[in-house]
Amino acid sequence: MSPHYPRLFLLILPAAIVFTAFFIIPMTRLIFIGGTGENGWTAYHAIFTNSRYLYSMIATLILSFSVTIISVIISTIVGLFLVRNQFYGRDILISMLTFPLAFPGVVIGFLVILSAGRQGLIGYISKALTGDKWVFAYSIAGLFMGYVYFSIPRVILTVMAAGEKLEPSLEEAAKSLGASPWQVVKDIIIPALKPGLIASSAICFATSMGAFGTAFTLATNIDVLPMTIYTEFTLNANIAGAASLSIVLGLVTWLALYIARSLSGTSVAPAG
Amino acid sequence: MRNKWLFRAQLIFTLLVCSFLIVPVILSALAGITQNFFLGIKSGITLHWLGEVWQLYSGTIYLSLLIAIWCLIATLAIGVPAAYVLAKQNGKLARFIEEIIVLPIAIPGLAIALALIINYGGFRDFRTSWGFILVGHILYTLPFMLRSVLAVLSSTNFHELEESAASLGASFWQRFFTIILPNAKSGILAGALMVVTLSIGEFNLTWMLHTPETKTLPVGLADSYASMRLEVASAYTLIFFVMIIPLLIAMQKLSQKTNKV
Repeated sequence: MSPHYPRLFLLILPAAIVFTAFFIIPMTRLIFIGGTGENGWTAYHAIFTNSRYLYSMIATLILSFSVTIISVIISTIVGLFLVRNQFYGRDILISMLTFPLAFPGVVIGFLVILSAGRQGLIGYISKALTGDKWVFAYSIAGLFMGYVYFSIPRVILTVMAAGEKLEPSLEEAAKSLGASPWQVVKDIIIPALKPGLIASSAICFATSMGAFGTAFTLATNIDVLPMTIYTEFTLNANIAGAASLSIVLGLVTWLALYIARSLSGTSVAPAG
Repeated sequence: MRNKWLFRAQLIFTLLVCSFLIVPVILSALAGITQNFFLGIKSGITLHWLGEVWQLYSGTIYLSLLIAIWCLIATLAIGVPAAYVLAKQNGKLARFIEEIIVLPIAIPGLAIALALIINYGGFRDFRTSWGFILVGHILYTLPFMLRSVLAVLSSTNFHELEESAASLGASFWQRFFTIILPNAKSGILAGALMVVTLSIGEFNLTWMLHTPETKTLPVGLADSYASMRLEVASAYTLIFFVMIIPLLIAMQKLSQKTNKV
């Protein structure tokens, strides 16, 4: 059967129209509008020359990197454990660990406030234990906690998917040749997981870079890049500035996810 | 012996991580039905806050459901046929189109919202209607529907089935409805659950696209976090969890079932 091109064309046409009208054209215009401010195309340089933008960019990069490293370490330990062991209650544990995947950033911000805010559980416990009330929800530590919160479920899923493909026979062989458990982890498990780990790191990094809701709810004094864009647009009415920053941010997150996909082929969606 | 200790250590670690994720959710649910969060659960249990949320914010809940349903209809209508075409074609152009359609996942919602406002903000009737939010949701959720259906279609031999049906004289639409759609069912279902869940919880785009007349549930949540007492905000969050958790459970059940087959 030869492909029926006009029919295939008709079938994809609705999607093409919607995407052209509401995504391709608006995004392309956004790129140009980024260059129409009083500084023209140098607006794209502003991210390096404007100290506030640069500070915001660096803060967001550092935050996202550290969130990624911590989340990947935690999730690898948990994910591997869940893949390699069968025990009572395992399925429920997996469900609970992956539920927060679909929680919006705003809700996660609120959960951080309930945990580490002025009336939070952590403050209550720390006061009983040490006499000091720990309140860190509205600082960078609160943001960090929220970002780790929404990253863990995503990374666990990717690690579990990669872990299921591990060859048990390789490990057995290594053990029978006298390898220590640490050597098995270092020489067999980590290399086999590497593509999955790189992919999940990139997903985690991109999600953290673009996250807006959590920072919005916590209203911290640290301006992450999405908050800076939001402020530029709404408070300062600096449309060109907001546009150029959005494009730069979009490029960074797209690049991170592109690398993830070309290295692993799988993808868990970022959201939040 | 050593293995047993290793197992226990890992189990304890996993339980700690789990409680990090779940305890705040339980805390929030309890705060929503407690008389006074500051005094704790001993101050009594009440449905008062839930009632207050319903009075203040029921409109946002209806609007979120309405947008989610229309978003589902739209992504089914344009996403499923597109996925079929992309599964059938293996050329460079098809892969390029796929790449473009999944772009909204990779680009922060804020940037997409900004682009929509700059381009279409001038059309006042459109800007102030919930259709404006719907457009954003469609862009954001379509990739999930497309990928989900595409993955299932690519793993079945629908080409051969279609060919044999065609040789028996089945028309294109007969084949589409009796062969393609049934074969893609699990992908469509998984995609549909994902689309509805994401649409109900979407904030990044929606916050920029909404107007005071078109507030969705997450927008209302942000509003209550900023201006309401903790108990009201918690009760509202509880309603959100009650709406979203059945969808998440259904999604997990479905993926377990497909993994086993």
